[in-house]
Amino acid sequence: MTTLVIAEHTNSELLPSTLNTVAAAKFLGNDIHVLVAGHNADSVAEAAAKVEGVAKVIAVNDEKLEHALAENVANLTVELAEGYSHILAPATTFGKNFMPRVAAKLDVQMISDIVSVESDDTFKRPVYAGNAIATVQSADNVKVVTVRATAFDAVAAEGGSADVDSKTLSSGFEKSSFVGQELTESERPELTGAKVIISGGRGMQSGENFHMLEEIADKLGAAVGASRAAVDAGFVPNDYQVGQTGKIVAPELYIAVGISGAIQHLAGMKDSKVIVAINKDEEAPIFQVADYGLVADLFKVLPELKEAL
Amino acid sequence: MKILVAVKRVIDYNVKVRVKADNTGVETANVKMSMNPFCEIAVEEAVRLKEQGVASEIIVASIGPQQSQETLRTALALGADRAILVKTDEEVQPLAVSKILKELVNKESPDMVILGKQTIDGDNNQTGQMLSALLDWPQGTFASKVVVEDGKVNVTREIDGGLETVALQLPAVVTTDLRLNEPRFASLPNIMKAKKKTLDETTPDELGVDISPRVKTLKVESPPAREAGIKVESVDELVEKLKNEAKVI
Repeated sequence: MTTLVIAEHTNSELLPSTLNTVAAAKFLGNDIHVLVAGHNADSVAEAAAKVEGVAKVIAVNDEKLEHALAENVANLTVELAEGYSHILAPATTFGKNFMPRVAAKLDVQMISDIVSVESDDTFKRPVYAGNAIATVQSADNVKVVTVRATAFDAVAAEGGSADVDSKTLSSGFEKSSFVGQELTESERPELTGAKVIISGGRGMQSGENFHMLEEIADKLGAAVGASRAAVDAGFVPNDYQVGQTGKIVAPELYIAVGISGAIQHLAGMKDSKVIVAINKDEEAPIFQVADYGLVADLFKVLPELKEAL
Repeated sequence: MKILVAVKRVIDYNVKVRVKADNTGVETANVKMSMNPFCEIAVEEAVRLKEQGVASEIIVASIGPQQSQETLRTALALGADRAILVKTDEEVQPLAVSKILKELVNKESPDMVILGKQTIDGDNNQTGQMLSALLDWPQGTFASKVVVEDGKVNVTREIDGGLETVALQLPAVVTTDLRLNEPRFASLPNIMKAKKKTLDETTPDELGVDISPRVKTLKVESPPAREAGIKVESVDELVEKLKNEAKVI
């Protein structure tokens, strides 16, 4: 039995979500192969070969793979699928986009967003926005699975010495093409990988007020997040959103400012190690999950916090 | 242009979901049900495309028990033209859902299928991509903007770290993300009109689709509860605790 992990990368860098996915693969106990599908991504293949626990890297270099279009990544994965008992990818927008295509082409009912591996065919996954955890067992020959990165501690990026085997993409999908990308420019860490996150909610009152969070984030080396209410109100872009409909995070420290704590937000951050809540409403549900709660006006507290750090 | 929209009846998003005492699932008896929020956005987008003169007909489909008729009537009241209910009381998993939708696509020949990116019950986020794969159509998932022109659709997608735009040749599958639009409310006259619109019924059997589940749910549990901590009185106390007690800064 062998597990194929599909690497998430930028063509120059292997992303940390891949290390979490390899960690999940290790629980299966099989040999682990990693597919690096990209364009001029040799450095990624080299990085993948060094990852702890990886037995082989399959590198496919083709300009049609540069932007990881779901149709191409899925078709390639299906071509390579023979002989693998498990196919895993991170449950990020990358993995969510192409893995169901792989499953459908293999006639497999995929299992999304697992948070634990119980056996080679049984997994746990959250349903109903994390309000319930289902234990599910697959009856398919191949298990096609996406992995919630925050639920698995990353394996070491160094220490392995796998062989890199180059293969080619047989044909590209002609009916879709990449037009452009607008990535949020930020000096701060990515939300899903940050050790500290400070998030604002509707209580922030405006997008401009988020600079108060940014100043504190810069002192802590933190990422800035937001609740869905703050995104819906137009304060910040959607990629700031932490929650079941946004990003799932589990940092060492999560500071929720002016966030009431709707179920959908809690589903995205309740696995954080330490949670701090700052809210003037002492009845706010966020205090029920917070390790440290401060009932106070955020506009008074944030300048004080900035000074104190 | 003809658009097919798929919708699902789920536990209303405002309901606090409770796990059944015997751990076989969640409580659904006497619980308010509504159209899945992402599906509402899908219906709204189709209606807007019709209002812009891009779409000529909107067909809405749902798979589920008899009560899914209510969800379809809601979609008709929002502006869909006719509805198809694929009736079953069985659990239908995303792979089977996409096989059923594929059969409907083969019958109706739409130029675009719009679906929600996920339902808020199973949280699978699979059906649109699977349908697109089974049809060998291009896909634009997690859409925040949809522009149709010259036999193509440009879909701006919500991705980790920002936005991405892809161009898809029609026919194509689009799945909706939250910011695509804000669904309207159905007006009373439109609710009345919706009652007269055509609602056809079929079954997975009639469509020749095997819906036997491939994945078995062994157990459903409540997530581990998190204990509430303490209240601090001041910023100084907070910083002191984070430094010396929690040791996270």
